[in-house]
Amino acid sequence: MSERAFHQDPDPSTDTDDGEEATDDAREVTTGAEAAIIALEEAGVDMAFGVQGGAIMPVYDALYDSDIEHITMAHEQGAAHAADAYGIVSGEPGVALATSGPGATNLVTGIADASMDSDPLIALTGQVATDFVGNDAFQETDTVGITQPITKNNYFAGDPDTLGADVSEAFALADTGRQGPTLVDLPKDATKAETDAQPVSPEIPDTYHPPETADEAVVEAAAEALEAADRPAILSGGGVVKGEASDELRAFARKYDIPVITTMPGLGSFPETDDLSLGMAGMHGTGAANLAITNTDLLIGVGTRFDDRLTGGVDTFAPDAEVIHIEIDAAEINKNIYADYPLLGDAERVLEQLDDALTDAPDADEWREQCQTWTEEYPLDYESPADEPIKPQHVVERFAEMADDDAIVTTGVGQHQMWACQFWTYTEPRTWVSSNGLGTMGYGVPSAIGAKLAAPDREVVTFDGDGSFLMTMQELSVAVREDLDITYVILNNEAIGMVRQWQDGFYEGRRMASEYQWVPEFDLLAESFGARGFRLEDHDEVDEVIKQAREYDGPAVIDAIIDPGENVYPMVPSGGDNGLFALSEEQLENL
Amino acid sequence: MSSGELPGPAPGERMRPAGRRNTQGIRIDPEAEATHQPRYAVLSALVKHEPGVLAEVSGLFSRRQFNIESLTVGPTTDDEVARMTIVIEEAEPGIEQAKKQLEKLVPTIAVEELQPEAMRRELALVKVRGEKPDDVQSVAEMYNGQAVDASPDAVTVEITGSKPKIDAAIEAFKQFDVEEVVRTGAAALERGAETMDANGHMSEE
Repeated sequence: MSERAFHQDPDPSTDTDDGEEATDDAREVTTGAEAAIIALEEAGVDMAFGVQGGAIMPVYDALYDSDIEHITMAHEQGAAHAADAYGIVSGEPGVALATSGPGATNLVTGIADASMDSDPLIALTGQVATDFVGNDAFQETDTVGITQPITKNNYFAGDPDTLGADVSEAFALADTGRQGPTLVDLPKDATKAETDAQPVSPEIPDTYHPPETADEAVVEAAAEALEAADRPAILSGGGVVKGEASDELRAFARKYDIPVITTMPGLGSFPETDDLSLGMAGMHGTGAANLAITNTDLLIGVGTRFDDRLTGGVDTFAPDAEVIHIEIDAAEINKNIYADYPLLGDAERVLEQLDDALTDAPDADEWREQCQTWTEEYPLDYESPADEPIKPQHVVERFAEMADDDAIVTTGVGQHQMWACQFWTYTEPRTWVSSNGLGTMGYGVPSAIGAKLAAPDREVVTFDGDGSFLMTMQELSVAVREDLDITYVILNNEAIGMVRQWQDGFYEGRRMASEYQWVPEFDLLAESFGARGFRLEDHDEVDEVIKQAREYDGPAVIDAIIDPGENVYPMVPSGGDNGLFALSEEQLENL
Repeated sequence: MSSGELPGPAPGERMRPAGRRNTQGIRIDPEAEATHQPRYAVLSALVKHEPGVLAEVSGLFSRRQFNIESLTVGPTTDDEVARMTIVIEEAEPGIEQAKKQLEKLVPTIAVEELQPEAMRRELALVKVRGEKPDDVQSVAEMYNGQAVDASPDAVTVEITGSKPKIDAAIEAFKQFDVEEVVRTGAAALERGAETMDANGHMSEE
């Protein structure tokens, strides 16, 4: 990219490496850049994703002597998504590096994505020298200003003596409480400057106090309400996964025999194979989950922010239910849905508290039977005649059956993402890696790279759309270079399918800018990257192609030509009533 | 072009709840439908006195669509701490949200909503036409104000007090043709011995 003008500021200090300084002693901080890298090392970081560039060069120079493995991505957005996925799978903050200006702005989508999904991420960005800040210098942008609304906190680290401490704090903050992204902006003069300030261990700022346990009186009241409930349901959100509360939640639900609904980020927090599981609720959730959430009289929301894609219209969301809201972020209480019993704290510990306060399980046999009936009445189903184009649901379902039990699924955003929600069976936390809140098309290709590097021994499959793939496919070069065993499945309908579905449903079929006139042959494209490409056009070949792609030891891309007429159902229209989900386009039009 | 219909009873044939929520996500008691009317609230916040905090706070109020009337900021006796006084007009859930979102910012040390009887003062400078300086001075005195600058063409008066008092003063000055007005917005403190600690709790010292 021409904007990455190395010639603009050749850094003479990088040419003086005589390679004779290696010692076995702990490294001493000598510069601001060294302080930043050693702070990451002290925090336990062993991998970072990034793209080089002028203003970040001193930091990369310090990486030269570090054990931190650096994955060079094709584009900074890819670095942010890969680091984000690394954070989701590992539970520890992923690290993204970029230079100033366009490098930093290219990170923005990935940081916003991490913010919406509470993914732990720390971004380090280069910045022009402090003397130039505010002068519209070459590759200057107000990174701290731009990223303020999408980070938990960000730092302008202009002082080399405190720069390392800023990085440490940013790391700790990303990792603590409700996880999320932080950013440290590193002006080039500060990273180049000499300092002997040694690293400190990561500590959160003294103004940050995530709650741990909930108010006992409210716990008691909530327990009483739960015991008296006739139609209780648990809504398990992404906070259960992030808060490592999955085991506790499973034990709790089974002990008190309470049906469990998950949100999209909560996929895997409760096994979908369990009799108590009703699947995912929301816009494209299961009939059983949406009916249960609509008719429950006591909803226990755990680690969820009651996003609008989940609630539909708030007027019809769980309208008979008292709400017990277990949540670590006080600002989520009463934000979208009023909590009758706000239980602020760490999900695992609050579930323990609630368990301790309960003496009886609610008497809900009839309700469980009702939920079971709904599960039977509303199966996620599709017809798949062998003589017709391939159904995307069939591809997802077959892959799920063939994949390892602990396989990780990553996705782009759109119809394929919803099919990946619906037709894969999630049983373990941190196996669903997706852009839930921000809905970032293009998340699929780079997220698979981060996921695979976080869990090299596990199978990683990405379901992508042709539209999403086209947005970030350059990162395939990284998967090839790093020799990552990832299977990419492009559910190719030559369209921005979800937009087209909405146009058909809500815009009288006026398909403006949703259908591609032409898309590349993705299998051939993959081969040109050095990956293995497969073209899948025939229903009878689904199993065989998946088998071959899985067996290939390296990145494989299946270009699956699917039925372009296939849409995602059930569907609750935006702002609609979850209980009135449509099972077909006709029902949607009549809502 | 759509796929076939999924199995299961149609929307009209399903179990329906009786209840409803209002737009604030609060379950409506059919007996007494409660709606929250907007009111003025004064939030007092202790924040780290560091660059960017004002932008962070004002950005928060704007992006979350909190209706802000005034925001003032200034140093405290502690060099590292600044105090902000923020007046917002919101319904009860909005006030609660604003307070929590403000507390969530990392540079925020503590936030408290002040009591309605808290001391609230703002300052206004009012520049009026200078043809009748004695009359201007008389009106200023009625509002405990004073002229701080006078020239043949203009007199500038300083008024300090509550918002209604300043509104009234400005109204009164209109008889002299008000050329310009500048107001600071409210600075406020709780009455009595109560002070705010780092946890945002009021305590008597």
